[in-house]
Amino acid sequence: MSFKAPSSAHPMQPDVLPDGPLAQSQESQDHHAIWELLEAVTDPEIPVVNLREMGILRAVRQGPSGLEVVITPTYSGCPAMGQMEDDVANALSSAGVAARVITQLAPAWSTDWMTPEGREKLRAYGIAPPVKSACAAASGSSVIAFAWRKGLVERDTVACPQCGSDNTTEISHFGSTACKALYRCLKCMEPFDYFKPY
Amino acid sequence: MASYQDYLLFLADNALILGQRNAEWCGHGPILEEDLALANNSLDLIGQARLLYQHVATVRKDGKSSEDLLAYFRDVPDFKNYTLLELPHGTALLPTSRGDRDYAVTIARNFLYSALMVQAWAALSASTDAQLAAIASKSLKEVQYHLRHAHDWVLRLGDGTDASHARMQAAFDYLMPFTQEFWTASAMETSAIKTGAGVDMSAFKTEWEAMVSDTLQAATLKVPATTGFVTTGKHGVHSEHLGFVLAEMQSLARAHPEAVW
Repeated sequence: MSFKAPSSAHPMQPDVLPDGPLAQSQESQDHHAIWELLEAVTDPEIPVVNLREMGILRAVRQGPSGLEVVITPTYSGCPAMGQMEDDVANALSSAGVAARVITQLAPAWSTDWMTPEGREKLRAYGIAPPVKSACAAASGSSVIAFAWRKGLVERDTVACPQCGSDNTTEISHFGSTACKALYRCLKCMEPFDYFKPY
Repeated sequence: MASYQDYLLFLADNALILGQRNAEWCGHGPILEEDLALANNSLDLIGQARLLYQHVATVRKDGKSSEDLLAYFRDVPDFKNYTLLELPHGTALLPTSRGDRDYAVTIARNFLYSALMVQAWAALSASTDAQLAAIASKSLKEVQYHLRHAHDWVLRLGDGTDASHARMQAAFDYLMPFTQEFWTASAMETSAIKTGAGVDMSAFKTEWEAMVSDTLQAATLKVPATTGFVTTGKHGVHSEHLGFVLAEMQSLARAHPEAVW
């Protein structure tokens, strides 16, 4: 818990955002220059992907008191979130853009929102990109059915980012950061991180 | 008169106190992977608590409430977490010194709580409070991982060696009576259920019991009785253990109030 000004200083906006991946091309979006500018802001823990490719950067819009850049947290406790907020704010201010950074929870972030190029960059970096997000697909009582009767015992088929083999095994559900699990390839024997579907 | 804030604090305190307890394993896990697992589990739980405390602070609109104030500057009777979640990681039969933490207790507790919350967060993601619904749909994804993790270890330890089986069974024997508190009524829950913002935990009892008995059976364990004293943590009447948890968690913030880093 930080001792800095709590983020409740700017409460969540009720505005509804699209639930799903952003359009691959931002050309048609308003505020094109700001989208372009923010292409340079990368994930502090996985510096090869930027926030748009991760699906964290959700919108650039005109708010009641000026421009707003909306980001959404990945995991509730992701320690990189504060850093991302600061990085976006710094990128904007150093380019002379006056805009507020807003963190909005709903709709909840999903790894399904990662762009194809983001997934490819993860793989090239040595992190197996997430398979489909079963969590995001399930809702209501089917979640229980999923979580219990199937999901708990089923394992994703994860391809090794080094040699491409599907013959891999999970070492641990939890890895070096909240978003990753630890796997090992049984073909090339290399251990690797797997970005968990969320 | 119970307020809606109390209901949010109940959800938040549950997450914070279990997160704090599980974080005690950080640097002391039985194996490296489990050290990471428990630290990640705590990170999720403390993250959920932060979002809920921030929401309380926003609902209060008093200009001075903050997540830090709510986490660090309330005392034992103000906390509304289930007593189950504040217990140390040892059965009553073990000495209480730190070196005698029992991982079976940690696993059993995470399993029992996650099996409840996987249902509760799923239902709360349809809460009439849009912000709570948003927090719930994030938390649901996280608790599914926690449930899977705990479930796998219950199987592994229960259906493991004689020693691991005995400890897993002792952990469930010890903890199960505390789960009775899940199903008792409280004014804060009743009023939150009425407005559609909250959910009725007792509605999840049948499914919860099925999860517990299926898993314990698969792990060659016996489902212990859930009789005996019904704890009252969510009413602010706690065991002697919570004070020690808070002392460790809050002392730094209280020694340096409003410190900035």
